[in-house]
Amino acid sequence: MFDWKWDFTIQILPRLLEATLNTLMAAGFGYLIALVVGLFFALAQRTPFRLLTVMVREFVEMIRSTPLILQIFFVFYVGPQFGVRLSPWTAGMTAIGLHYAAYLSEVYRAGLDSVPKGQWEACIALNLSVPRTYFKIIIPQAIPNIIPGLGNYLVGIFKDSPMLSVIGVTELFHVATAIGAETYRFLEPYTLVGAIFLAISLPAAMSIRRFEDWVRASLGMKKLYTKD
Amino acid sequence: MQEYAEFLMAYGPRFADGAVVTLQQAGLGTLLAVVVALTTGFMKISPILPVRWLGIAYIEVFRGTSLLVQLYWIFFVLPLFGLTLGKFTAGFLALGLNLGAYGAELVRGGVQSVPRGQYEAAIALGMGPFKRMRRIIFPQALLNMLPPWGNLLIELLKSTALVALISVSDLMFESKQINMTTFQSAQAFGTALIIYYVMARCIITPGMRWLERRLALKLSRG
Amino acid sequence: MMENKKFPLELTGPEIPMVRFDRVSKRYGDLTVLDALDLDVRANEMVAIIGPSGSGKTTVLRMLMALELVDEGVIYVDGTPMTHMPKIGGLVRASKSYLRKMRENIGMVFQHFNLFPHMTVLENCIEGPVQVLGMRKDEAEQRALDLLDMVGLADKIDQYPARLSGGQQQRVAIARALAMRPKIMLFDEVTSALDPEVIGEVTQVIRKLNDKHDLTMLMVTHQMGFAREIADRVCFFCEGKIAEQGPPEHLFDNPQNERTIAFLSAVLDAG
Repeated sequence: MFDWKWDFTIQILPRLLEATLNTLMAAGFGYLIALVVGLFFALAQRTPFRLLTVMVREFVEMIRSTPLILQIFFVFYVGPQFGVRLSPWTAGMTAIGLHYAAYLSEVYRAGLDSVPKGQWEACIALNLSVPRTYFKIIIPQAIPNIIPGLGNYLVGIFKDSPMLSVIGVTELFHVATAIGAETYRFLEPYTLVGAIFLAISLPAAMSIRRFEDWVRASLGMKKLYTKD
Repeated sequence: MQEYAEFLMAYGPRFADGAVVTLQQAGLGTLLAVVVALTTGFMKISPILPVRWLGIAYIEVFRGTSLLVQLYWIFFVLPLFGLTLGKFTAGFLALGLNLGAYGAELVRGGVQSVPRGQYEAAIALGMGPFKRMRRIIFPQALLNMLPPWGNLLIELLKSTALVALISVSDLMFESKQINMTTFQSAQAFGTALIIYYVMARCIITPGMRWLERRLALKLSRG
Repeated sequence: MMENKKFPLELTGPEIPMVRFDRVSKRYGDLTVLDALDLDVRANEMVAIIGPSGSGKTTVLRMLMALELVDEGVIYVDGTPMTHMPKIGGLVRASKSYLRKMRENIGMVFQHFNLFPHMTVLENCIEGPVQVLGMRKDEAEQRALDLLDMVGLADKIDQYPARLSGGQQQRVAIARALAMRPKIMLFDEVTSALDPEVIGEVTQVIRKLNDKHDLTMLMVTHQMGFAREIADRVCFFCEGKIAEQGPPEHLFDNPQNERTIAFLSAVLDAG
């Protein structure tokens, strides 16, 4: 029966908020890993070494086309099979980091592709070295196109963090389920989890949209999002 | 390699059974998602403000919380309100409601990408708003929407794996069970990964391309 | 309610104009696009509207088709107000369904054709009659075939617009508009988006319409030669008002207004 207990709610709130911090940390670290590894994936696909580009491409496709939760299980359980014990956190971070690295590599790729061909040719004509070409010329021009896409996945990784609970990472969802199991009350914990997610993801999504519009405006592009 | 072949022979049927359940979840989830997407997508562009706000609220709530949380809420919390659903139903219901919210944006984008001139030509012929949408605008919007819908369907397929967490015996669930009994994690989860990959790349992607081609022929842009 | 004492509920008298703009104004924010415009068009008259861009000429057509609403003033079609509805005591703004009814008298051809890409040429031309007028499909097809024959595209009835040239598409657009049997036809810069070599096919059709049919026509155009040849009257628009109007010989050969003179010489210089 619908029977919301406010005192119970207040009782569990501190625990849930603490777990939210864990969630934010997990999402944050995972995102940092994804940012770095994703760049590696993107750049690796632009080398002249055919074997490398093909392997990385297939690996990225594999990760993007299969469920994150399966990948989390894979990373967590495969280690012990070959003698390597990974803690839930390590396994979780690796899996979610790799997963989002694959998505971010596509964002990087699209951003790099959006830089006009003429820029590359100018760099060759000026005899600039490859690192210089990338870091001083190409990447700065790609960044405005990359930032918006990156923003979306930041919110996404936060929303996917509950999946880490299945291998025991004590993030928000895991704690809510534990509370439910201890007290046999699921209504308040799960509803609060939903509310906390909304409270974080909605403002985040809105700020990202504003940020995107700001980036586009300062480049002279039209607004992508209207008042809608 | 030899061991893996034995593994496959022993557990292949279970993987196959799981894959069938996954496809069922994906299929039903897709149907529901399409209905939800069309409904809320049109609500969002409705000129009637309360309808629009309702649509926006639905979309923001379902996109702003994760599917897993929604799934658990439907399965564990709804019974407290008197609505008890079986796990299979809860599964594709959550999938459809969640991914439908993302689909709504695609519907909205597709409709808004039809050139203004088409509206004006239909108005000039004297068509009212419903006729206009049904006969002129929506057919064109449909073609614009298909590529992003292809990506959404792959997301939906991947998301079906979550229903394993409420014990629906899909591919993910079977691979977990097999892992628990054999401890051959690489084989168990690896096989599942390959099957998901095959489903996404060899069924969905070509399927959507076929649909796009058929529709383009009908609308004759090709 | 409008200041109904100033705007009649309907036009009366021996010779009612087919179209009347009665002190019509339109503004976009600070910009006045039409400034208390008075314009009468007689039945079966062919009026060409010329002028620089931003002068309001396209807005005139769009408001007649109610694609835009008037800010002030009333537009009458065949004596009846179109932008407003007669109610007891005065005029009120027309409802959407009233506008739709009034539009039945008017057909429009657009600069960018706006053919329905997902329908064949024939289907484009029967869509209005079947869906809006409620005609039977075979009757509508017969009417469409006659019209397509008149515009010279009888052999393309099963083609999709993407396969046709610009000139062909525009001719289909004309047939599509005519299929609704309007009293008034509006042509909004219908040759501006065409390659030079196909402009002739379209002007040929308009010429035929003018000669053979009882149609009131308003044409916004940059084709000065064509306007001069075919129009009964030419209106030169400038900054939201008619700066000068008259029969083509007067306006083109003997313009009085300095703005008209400036515009015409600029156009002629550009070749």
